[in-house]
Amino acid sequence: MAQVKVYVTLKPALLDAQGKVVQGALQQLGYEDVTQVRVGKYIEMTVADGTRAPAVEAQVKEMCDRLLANPVIEDYKFEVEA
Amino acid sequence: MKFGVIRFPGSNCDQDAFHAVKDVLGQPVEYLWHQEADLRGADCVIVPGGFSYGDYLRCGAIARFSPVMSAVQEHAARGGLVLGICNGFQVLCESHLLPGALIRNDGQRFVCRHVALRVENAGTPFTNQMRPGQSLCIPVAHGEGKYVCDDDTLAALRRSGRILFRYAAGDNPNGSLDDIAGIAGEGFNVLGMMPHPERAADPALGSGDGRLLFESLLNYWR
Repeated sequence: MAQVKVYVTLKPALLDAQGKVVQGALQQLGYEDVTQVRVGKYIEMTVADGTRAPAVEAQVKEMCDRLLANPVIEDYKFEVEA
Repeated sequence: MKFGVIRFPGSNCDQDAFHAVKDVLGQPVEYLWHQEADLRGADCVIVPGGFSYGDYLRCGAIARFSPVMSAVQEHAARGGLVLGICNGFQVLCESHLLPGALIRNDGQRFVCRHVALRVENAGTPFTNQMRPGQSLCIPVAHGEGKYVCDDDTLAALRRSGRILFRYAAGDNPNGSLDDIAGIAGEGFNVLGMMPHPERAADPALGSGDGRLLFESLLNYWR
């Protein structure tokens, strides 16, 4: 059994409209030092039969490329804990 | 000319598209269930607006892998006509039938209003009853309609005349790159657009300009 944590974020070149609004709200609350906010997605997965870490990693990468992230607009990174 | 309108869980413009084809255009049309990889002989497949699969993960990301979309992929590869409207456009981008992607509107708000569209290429199956530069009054209704793509893709779209519709100057509702409102695939048999021509196909709905798109399809087919 492996625990997988996937982080998906909008590519830096793209304006994150949501992050900008959150940043504005934070500044309104007095957190004026917040110079940038990017909002992304966090996905947790449990993968059965995940004893062989390299195999799980290859599989998770494929999952990210095919479904979990859209490579046109998003970057991703993940951690696998066996 | 036979039309098919796909129904995903969460589609909500399927009936509008059905009405536009059946009652306004007077052509046969059937609903296509997302679980069936069968287009029932449709010459033109409409991927309608809505919130397929609840817009979970990304708009259109889950719908892309539904059985009916594999049939649409084959249909498009054979040169068959495919029209993706709003969420349908998002599904076609996720399916790689069209390049680029649609992200959250710049203003962060869901925008629901009529916009002025400019016809950029009137020599396609979808636009042959329009004039180049013609202005169309068509409604938009979306929260994630900002079209983005990389520089090379944009250059290729411009060069090949695949940008069929732009938002008129000053009327871009979502911050779309280059004011893009609708693009065609390489073979010009696939169109994706955020505005809703099916909601403007019947003058009773405030504008009849969308009818030109459906009449173009029919004219192309004949």
